[in-house]
Amino acid sequence: MSIKVNSLSKIYGSQKAVDGISFEVSKGEVLGFLGPNGAGKSTTMKMLTCFIPQSSGKAEVCGFDTTIAPLEVTKRIGYLPESNPLYYDMYVREYLEFVAGLHKLGKITHQRIEEMIEVTGLTAERKKKVGQLSKGYKQRVGLAQAMLHNPEVLILDEPTSGLDPNQLVEIRSLIKQLGKDKTVIFSSHIMQEVQAVADRVIIINKGKIVANDSTENLQSRIGNEIIVTAEFKQSVNRAELGTIKGVKNYEQLKDGKWNFVSEGKSDTREDIFNFAKEKNLTLLSLYKEESSLEDIFKQLTK
Amino acid sequence: MKAIFLKELKQFFSSLIGYIAIIVFLLVLGLFMWIFPDTSILDFGYATLDSFFRIAPYIFIFLIPAITMRSFAEEINTGTIELLSTRPVTELQIILGKYFAALTLVLIAIIPTSIYFFTVYSIASPVGNVDVGGILGSYFGLFFLGAVFVAIGIFCSSITSNQIVAFILGVFLCFFIYLAFSYISQFEIFIGRNDYLVESFGLSAHYDAMGKGVIDSRDVVYFLSLISFFILFTRTALSSRRW
Repeated sequence: MSIKVNSLSKIYGSQKAVDGISFEVSKGEVLGFLGPNGAGKSTTMKMLTCFIPQSSGKAEVCGFDTTIAPLEVTKRIGYLPESNPLYYDMYVREYLEFVAGLHKLGKITHQRIEEMIEVTGLTAERKKKVGQLSKGYKQRVGLAQAMLHNPEVLILDEPTSGLDPNQLVEIRSLIKQLGKDKTVIFSSHIMQEVQAVADRVIIINKGKIVANDSTENLQSRIGNEIIVTAEFKQSVNRAELGTIKGVKNYEQLKDGKWNFVSEGKSDTREDIFNFAKEKNLTLLSLYKEESSLEDIFKQLTK
Repeated sequence: MKAIFLKELKQFFSSLIGYIAIIVFLLVLGLFMWIFPDTSILDFGYATLDSFFRIAPYIFIFLIPAITMRSFAEEINTGTIELLSTRPVTELQIILGKYFAALTLVLIAIIPTSIYFFTVYSIASPVGNVDVGGILGSYFGLFFLGAVFVAIGIFCSSITSNQIVAFILGVFLCFFIYLAFSYISQFEIFIGRNDYLVESFGLSAHYDAMGKGVIDSRDVVYFLSLISFFILFTRTALSSRRW
């Protein structure tokens, strides 16, 4: 087990930020941390990285207790804090060299820095000061410093905030690629991202874990109806649509485009196709919407 | 610790703070020593560096808190302290790295003043007729004084996220520890009884003692323990932020 958390709690005054959570992450797993603002995601991560001590409970990273052996833990962790704090008056390379010095990388410093600049796509910006970079590039510097010492465990607090769509895709695939031989925990507000990247999701609300399951399991557990979107070339008579078998409800999105809600968990695509054939309608598109983590999230954190 | 030391030192010289601190220190001292008639060696007529060692502590009282005010306050304010604390370095290593970087800057500011010494040495009549021992002792005293002020300044920086607050607190604490005790010892209740004891709590008594050219182990122990105290206070202040 890479990470072992046992009834971990953090109490600020009278407020329980994290309330007795327990979970385990095995090596090579990518864990998504979901939860509304103030749910305790960042607090949990700060305890795992030895930044703040817990009020009670136990956390182990790679077999080392975070309170007993913080130096051993921090050696093995790469951490990207939520607000991505950086030294704005340092140059990108200078900053990475500083981080390498903290980890005593020694001879491999130069090679690792080159690698990280390459991997995070900072090549064009390498000679700038960190403060001059745009938010997306700052985020990349944050990622580069987290991965520089080749840690076994990566803890990324909202790694994709502030990135443009292209960068989003790049960073997500990077996280996924890293997850092959590293343990990754990342938090996010974006459900599709967790769906796309994580093997397993922990949903946390008001300091407590409300779900801890693989993404597939979560989807099948919660979804109880299937929504199919169909687009016809011609406009369709509203009343006729009611005759399609297995459709409980339907609504028009725009001219010719309709949403069909299934009765129970049955797939209505075949019936819709047959209906179109029967009525001599041209079907332009037809697809099934997976019940998204978003719905699950809304249900669980209500 | 080495990485933090180098980073801090680089930061001093890439952000002008280092240059400005050194230039202001040398400029103010130069003015007092050679230009202003009340304190000028040329007008005074004696081949001593007394005015230098009398004025330098007062410049340090303002200059050193200005150097150290950002050391932790800025890291706390921008959140970069989180990056430092989640690395395989101890809090003490972080503090010492910053401490020695600031101390190095103070040392770099002091070294050029040796020109003043050589000047006085060569204009003395006969040449070389100066109290070398006293001056050397004073230099040690000044260095230790700076070392204590740096520890105070770093401590003040660690208890706030506001650099201005850190600066003002630092100036006050440096001033208090340097001067206040010798004034307090002049209260009537102390005079003739424990005025010497009260005075010896202050920095100035030990600084002046070293200026006589005697490096007494008691003075050295006093300086070193003050430094250790403030470094330990800093550590406590830093860890209490995370509770």
